[in-house]
Amino acid sequence: MTITTLDQLPPGPQARVTAVQLTGAERRRMMDLGILPGAAIAVALENPLGDPTAYRVRGAVIALRREQAQHIQVEIERA
Amino acid sequence: MSVDNAVTQPTTSIAAGCATCPMYNGAQLTRLGINMTDWDFVVALAGNPNTGKSTVFNALTGLRQHTGNWPGKTVVRAEGGFLYGDKRYKLVDLPGTYSLLSTSVDEEVARDFILFGQPTVTVVIVDATRLERNLNLALQVLEITDRVVIGLNLMDEAKRHGLQVDDRRLARDLGAPVVPMAARQGEGVQALLKAIHEVATGACAPRPRRINHRDPQLESAVAQLVRQIEFAFPGLPNARWVALRLLDGDESIERAVRDGTLGQLTQTVAPQPAPTIHLELEAVN
Repeated sequence: MTITTLDQLPPGPQARVTAVQLTGAERRRMMDLGILPGAAIAVALENPLGDPTAYRVRGAVIALRREQAQHIQVEIERA
Repeated sequence: MSVDNAVTQPTTSIAAGCATCPMYNGAQLTRLGINMTDWDFVVALAGNPNTGKSTVFNALTGLRQHTGNWPGKTVVRAEGGFLYGDKRYKLVDLPGTYSLLSTSVDEEVARDFILFGQPTVTVVIVDATRLERNLNLALQVLEITDRVVIGLNLMDEAKRHGLQVDDRRLARDLGAPVVPMAARQGEGVQALLKAIHEVATGACAPRPRRINHRDPQLESAVAQLVRQIEFAFPGLPNARWVALRLLDGDESIERAVRDGTLGQLTQTVAPQPAPTIHLELEAVN
């Protein structure tokens, strides 16, 4: 299993959040969106311009900027 | 025998159709649209984005608040009224929000109304196909108030996806009434009205499951803060919630305490029904 950050997650494989390296309001926001350790996450839509990227998490599609996604540590589970 | 069958068949299907028929509903529900100068109860309609809040709102008020799927559709709150039994209800459709703790503009509108607008009943519409995501807000609302009804919407979509949701078990686990609904088809609207009415009149008193912190240090800090908050803002509801947010370092709440806007919230969002008009109405009856 590969550990990486969410912004490095390629489209296709399913990943699991292992850590949210944010604090305060930003961390709270991620948790409210369902992004917290243990959550399953995958790339839903790539952006031709590269940023932001849409992710599927807990049944909803959430768009994150790279600067947000790079603080979320994930473990790639399967291709 | 075959004639008997032919007769009973349509009878059952008519009975099944009753709950969704406007004629049947008309007996108890009168939609008041925006015509609501005086009301007995205020009902807040909360929920995650895309759970069908506005569809429920329209079904109850007869209004045509825009329904559609784009972010921030209901940015300011929409209000409408309905009459159920002999009570007049004001219904407030809040913007979709994932949480009461984050601070985007529309989430603040929803948060401030639920916390400080003191609605008689808060209805949380949850998406049956995405319960895990939706229960976050439901639990946060249950932390603040006992008078909650959960509208378990999009049951038709859940069924289509092969999902079975045990609404009775959910009600037991949450400690609040849960009404399964498919609001687009009008299903469950009657049951929702009945549940709102029971909670508003006190016929049903939910006892929500709450997370008990049981930390003496935290509790003493909260108690200290609550005293100070109540002194600075007399009559402010949910001082405990405010205290917990302050301890959590919530900057928007801190600002509201510092500049005094926290106290204004209660006054601006909670207009009380005029008691004189109310008495006249009773006299007429």
